[in-house]
Amino acid sequence: MLEQLEGSQAVARAVGMCRPQVIAAYPISPQTHIVEALSDMVLTGDIDPCEYLMVESEFAAMSACIGACAAGARTYTATASQGLLFMAEALYNASGLGLPIVMTLANRAIGAPINIWNDHSDSMSQRDSGWIQLFAETNQEAVDLHIQAYCLAEELSLPVMVCMDGFILTHAFEQVDLPTQEQVDSFLPPFEPRQMLDPAEPMTIGAMVGPEAFTEVKYLMHAKQLQALDAIPEITADFTGIFGRESGGLVRGYRLEDAETVVVALGSVLGTIEDVIDELREQGVKIGALSIKCFRPWPIDEVREALEGAERVVVIEKAFAVGAGGIVGQNVRLALSGCESTVYDIVAGLGGRPITRKSLGTLFEDVLEGRIEPTGLHFLDLKKDVVEREISRMEHGKKPGPHAENILRDIGTVASDSH
Amino acid sequence: MFQVRIHGRGGQGVVTASELLSVAAFDEGKHAQAFPTFGSERTGAPVVSFCRIDDREIRTREPISQPDAVIIQDPTLLHQVDLFGGLDPDGYILLNSERGFDELDIGEFIAGFRPERVRTMPATAIAREHLGRPMPNSVLLGGFAGLCDVIGLDAVTQALRDRFPGKVGDMNTTAATVACEFIQASLSESAHA
Amino acid sequence: MAEQQIKGYQTGTFVVGNRLLDPEQRSIQARTERSNTLTSGHRACQGCGEALGARYTLDAAMRATDGKVVACNATGCLEVFSTPYPESSWQLPWIHSLFGNAPAVAAGVAAALKAKGREDIRVVGQAGDGGTVDIGFACLSGMFERNDDVLFVCYDNEGYMNTGVQRSGATPPAARTANTKPVGQEPGNVFGQGKNVPMIAMAHEIPYVATATVAEPRDLERKVERAMEIRGARYIHVFVPCPLGWGAASKDTIRLARLVKETGIFPVFEAEEGEVTGVSKIRRRVAVTEYLKLQRRYAHLFKPEVNTEVIARLQAGADRNIRRFDLLADDEGAEFPGEATDQAGESESGPGTPPIPEADGQTAGMLRDTHGNPR
Repeated sequence: MLEQLEGSQAVARAVGMCRPQVIAAYPISPQTHIVEALSDMVLTGDIDPCEYLMVESEFAAMSACIGACAAGARTYTATASQGLLFMAEALYNASGLGLPIVMTLANRAIGAPINIWNDHSDSMSQRDSGWIQLFAETNQEAVDLHIQAYCLAEELSLPVMVCMDGFILTHAFEQVDLPTQEQVDSFLPPFEPRQMLDPAEPMTIGAMVGPEAFTEVKYLMHAKQLQALDAIPEITADFTGIFGRESGGLVRGYRLEDAETVVVALGSVLGTIEDVIDELREQGVKIGALSIKCFRPWPIDEVREALEGAERVVVIEKAFAVGAGGIVGQNVRLALSGCESTVYDIVAGLGGRPITRKSLGTLFEDVLEGRIEPTGLHFLDLKKDVVEREISRMEHGKKPGPHAENILRDIGTVASDSH
Repeated sequence: MFQVRIHGRGGQGVVTASELLSVAAFDEGKHAQAFPTFGSERTGAPVVSFCRIDDREIRTREPISQPDAVIIQDPTLLHQVDLFGGLDPDGYILLNSERGFDELDIGEFIAGFRPERVRTMPATAIAREHLGRPMPNSVLLGGFAGLCDVIGLDAVTQALRDRFPGKVGDMNTTAATVACEFIQASLSESAHA
Repeated sequence: MAEQQIKGYQTGTFVVGNRLLDPEQRSIQARTERSNTLTSGHRACQGCGEALGARYTLDAAMRATDGKVVACNATGCLEVFSTPYPESSWQLPWIHSLFGNAPAVAAGVAAALKAKGREDIRVVGQAGDGGTVDIGFACLSGMFERNDDVLFVCYDNEGYMNTGVQRSGATPPAARTANTKPVGQEPGNVFGQGKNVPMIAMAHEIPYVATATVAEPRDLERKVERAMEIRGARYIHVFVPCPLGWGAASKDTIRLARLVKETGIFPVFEAEEGEVTGVSKIRRRVAVTEYLKLQRRYAHLFKPEVNTEVIARLQAGADRNIRRFDLLADDEGAEFPGEATDQAGESESGPGTPPIPEADGQTAGMLRDTHGNPR
């Protein structure tokens, strides 16, 4: 049923309908509204039976999920940014143990400097943790992906994180078609664990594995994650069958048919990008977009297929590898190895800096006119003068002071700026 | 697409205002998107929230830099924050104040806009009278429904009732209605002047 | 009051399997139907106190719950020596996750069992001192604070043994470890540091807190049984000597566990909701030196010369515990009843053994006939 509500509330309702039996979560902006709503639902009995653990940290949250899932319960948690890092050890533990935990990641920048706004540095930092990573473009998709995630996780016995842009999606009010409990039940059967802590059939979980077997265990993890590349299209097809709409998948193309330039991105920014693409198309520019829905495993074949005909590929990402370059860009280049396309690595939206239609329009024009170098990393809307002043300070001052404070003073930032 | 930008201070219900506006638009069968700028939760700090309304799906998510309407919940933001940035001369302005634009020292600036699209109104006073608290947001939404036909008063009051159950909903509805009538009266006065 | 009400040490062994006791009074280890939850074949060192403690604890938990226990183990010696892939010596459902999260994992398991309507299955979290006192501390406190239905057991061998004997927050003052060597101004672990987790547990006012040693298995077992009668957060802190880490003879494990109690260094007590409900009195008080000199981790206090100052400080610590917990039986004076002789290895009874009181009755007579006086 169509409702106008906050993204976080919609996600909480969807998660509730997945009938989690244990929720262990620690609050962190911008995920707080989700876990608060779920707590209410448990207290009122809207989700029942369910135990809600008020854990003392994100590390404890994921650890409790590990215990609960190993004991055969469907589990859920949510976090962002610093919280994801705090549970990093446990993330690897969960995937290594093959536990089908589902987690919402409300994408937020990682400090220092501390920043509560959206970017993808958190999810990118854990891309190798063995978790499946799905990205939602809209709150509708966020709702749908959580439901699909449980199906996927439990089928493969692997944990899944559903990434949704913090604040931009979590705190946005928009129209969402919320499914009914019956629909969700018909799509998602009760959890049947592959392994379970059960006195009736005792088993040892979490033994040490030495050099003689470790490689094989890791190989199997890799192979298992790659199975998601087949499982996801099947699950999304089943989803469409029951819920009547397309959601999720590995990648989604927009106006790719004859596109000479393709813009690649993840998450909510695709909406703004598509508006700009429509404008440019009206001017006769052959441009399209590719939304990466599943970042891990990396859908290398699907990306290659979508992009190989393009002259130019413009990767726009909300994170980067410090000292090295782009992250999504690097994965895209891998998919295109041997192809003729020129790949541009653009970093945008860091720490919540808005990505505007105006800036994107200028960027695409610059790319088309050859004003952007295809090598190296290009930072959209970088305040060059501020950076140059700071570099000059560093070169000339014995004690130039901290970057962040100097820059803030330079900019004279007032919180009321609507940009 | 119609884009509204709401300015105020933390604690004045600026975020709720944009959410309610979006719900009202939804109730009228439109697509609507509402979101705030975010700082850590803090009373008194300048806050901005946004609402887009359209007949088709809204895809873009950038902050509203070219609003069609600006609602200002706190006049002390004048001269402190760029409240009118990007606003078209055909745009709407609704400002919460007991004083007129001239008294607020922006008469000259306002003269550049269409007179029937800009108003001040004593929203805080109306709120005190009908809600018992100086919370101007629902009042301003009612006033906005009177000022601009992008949203109707019925939709606004429906959204208020959905959000605030029982007596509180009634009080908010009354306040919004009073505000709408206030604006409408002011508009017809000018029309006949 | 000690659990075993036997008079003296008639059998010559005062540990398990006292056949003169009523079967119900015997240690669970003495019974053939014991679970052997931690079964043989594990790779623990000879004389490992932790293997002993874990076996006693879990067999007791299994008995108390009709075999329905799930164990959540932290990284550490116990986890490593019990699960050398692909083998496991655990005969119950067992999970090892990480070093610092055993209490949280246990909380998760308990929550899952509750949600699934299986609260008949009980949860035991276990870790060494590292996983409890230091890296696991936040999770432990969280579990206590939420009053999760978990019995958490700490096997305290006073150091990070599995990684090569490094200092932990449970390492006692003056003890040598790999990173608190007996060099410099203050040899060994410094004074004035460390955490008393049993007391911290009490401060959380959880339903049950107890300390125990592997010298008195029936006492430990009874405490586990008592814990299993209660729902909510419970904590048992077990003193387990580590021969390798402490530089002690592997045959001295039980002796050391007894001495640590009899000196007053390790108070053995029970508490409920933050108040001490019972104390195991010292049977025959012993000076701390009797305990220290059996361990090479304290050798620097005796050679090249006796460090009377440090030993006095350690003695003062023990005295303080005795005062604080009222560890002396009423008829024990503040004086030591005579210097215990260094008879380690000589007689099974060990130092500090009281002479058998004159008892009448058939059993006592039989004993005198067959064994004579043990001294």
